[in-house]
Amino acid sequence: MNAQALSIAFNTIARREVSRILRIWTQTLLPSAITMTLYFVIFGTLVGSRIGEMAPGIGYIDYIVPGLIMMAVITNSYGNISSSFFSAKFQHYVEEMLASPTPAWVILSGYVAGALLRGAMVAVIVLAISLLFTHIQLHHPWVTLTTILLTSIVFSLAGFINAVFAKKFDDIALVPTFVLTPLTYLGGVFYSVNALGAPWRQISYANPILYMVNAFRYGLLGITDLPLWQAYAVMLGFAVALSAWALFLIARGVGLRS
Amino acid sequence: MTATPALDIVELSKTYASGVQALKGISLRVETGDFFALLGPNGAGKSTLIGILSSLVNPSAGDARIFGVSIREQRSAAMALIGLVPQEINLNQFEKPIEICVNQAGFYGIARPIAVKRAERYLRELQLWDKAHQQVRTLSGGMKRRLMIARAMMSEPRLLILDEPTAGVDIEIRRSMWKFIGAINAAGTTVILTTHYLEEAEQLCRNIAIIDHGRIIEHTSMRKLLATLDTETFVLDLGAAPAQLPFVSGVRLHALDAQTIEAEVARSSDLNSLFATLSAAGITVRSMRNKTNRLEELFVRLVENGKQVA
Repeated sequence: MNAQALSIAFNTIARREVSRILRIWTQTLLPSAITMTLYFVIFGTLVGSRIGEMAPGIGYIDYIVPGLIMMAVITNSYGNISSSFFSAKFQHYVEEMLASPTPAWVILSGYVAGALLRGAMVAVIVLAISLLFTHIQLHHPWVTLTTILLTSIVFSLAGFINAVFAKKFDDIALVPTFVLTPLTYLGGVFYSVNALGAPWRQISYANPILYMVNAFRYGLLGITDLPLWQAYAVMLGFAVALSAWALFLIARGVGLRS
Repeated sequence: MTATPALDIVELSKTYASGVQALKGISLRVETGDFFALLGPNGAGKSTLIGILSSLVNPSAGDARIFGVSIREQRSAAMALIGLVPQEINLNQFEKPIEICVNQAGFYGIARPIAVKRAERYLRELQLWDKAHQQVRTLSGGMKRRLMIARAMMSEPRLLILDEPTAGVDIEIRRSMWKFIGAINAAGTTVILTTHYLEEAEQLCRNIAIIDHGRIIEHTSMRKLLATLDTETFVLDLGAAPAQLPFVSGVRLHALDAQTIEAEVARSSDLNSLFATLSAAGITVRSMRNKTNRLEELFVRLVENGKQVA
């Protein structure tokens, strides 16, 4: 396939993903809006007013906005690709792509683009909701943008790998419930890692979500618990490693070809 | 023949992780423009072979070339030449036929404006245009089968592989499907067909291979294969119960019930002498039909022979 044909194949997969997201918007976009509104009301307004400032000039409700956006981006990027690709496997229409000339890396890129777009849509929705409760000034636009992109890529790749190995729908629900949610809650969404004592603080440094949330918080609010370069190293490292793994799996046909 | 064949399979083998050896080093050649039947009992290895050709199953050894392009060395280029209609329905139940067809073209790098026109053409030809904007889950089984053919045609493949395309489809729709596929073949597309409706294979296909236990047990032209049938069996419905069945040279008669007899007629014999003898014995024949179609009779014999050898 030449470059034009490859771009058509990529656009086809990405377009199909977006059309799926919009077709079932009550399952893909609405839940985050409702959940995050509740977080802002309960943790931000009711609980947060008793906590006070987390940094000079930054109230608790402002402090949790970046983490909540990241939480929505992570959950949605992961969930989009794992459920969509597993459905394609389950109903066997993944064969449309596998039996076509489209190379493995284009199939992967198309699905990741779809997950990225859902992550971006949800991020905009949650940000819009947050503006009803607080007034955030964007401090570092490029850090904000690159962090959200890299985080979405990392978790969409992880979701893809989950879908490749999954044999039943339960298999794609296990990781978000037992891995993703605990890591997100322990990733500094609601608190500063500096507030933790040993050994919990040291253990937290092994959680990649901690770096992502802090980088994003730096982009939005200008504060972070960790050096920015560490966050980028973690995000890029995971993106490269997971891309290589996902490409290997799809090229070898693991879970896809007999 | 020196022209590049549509399909050239060389020593293709497949052993699954479970240890099942589905293909045991088969070689097969299908000429360009052919309408080729690939037959075999359930579990013979047909679907594994088709899976390998369409890159859904990894071969263990050997290779296959589609118009000279190796599926192992140039997978992408080989896949661009193939259209596949699989045995199992593998459609996204929540998409619409028009979306499925246009997307399929996209996977082959075909620009959207061309794909939209092509989708309309094939959906119309397969009498699905009025369903083009309905979700697939609302379509009948026959419609889904036709949609899979329309989808396979979106890339206008040079080699169309049909794996049981008419399974569970009523006779009227089957006929319209064969008319469409016949026209596609007449226009130059090579067609490989697997089916359990052997009368369809006999009528449509010019060449045939029979696969059993992972090996090709017959590979010849349909005409030559049918010529090997040394007897043909007819069922005769009689006007009244005969007192005794007469002797007819070259024909073996036996009663199925009081007014129905079976006549196994040797190829060297003819029906005239049978009817003359029956008439002379005062036996009236009201109607006559083939017991099975000729290919079915041969197919059963070949597979039975294969079992005995095994």
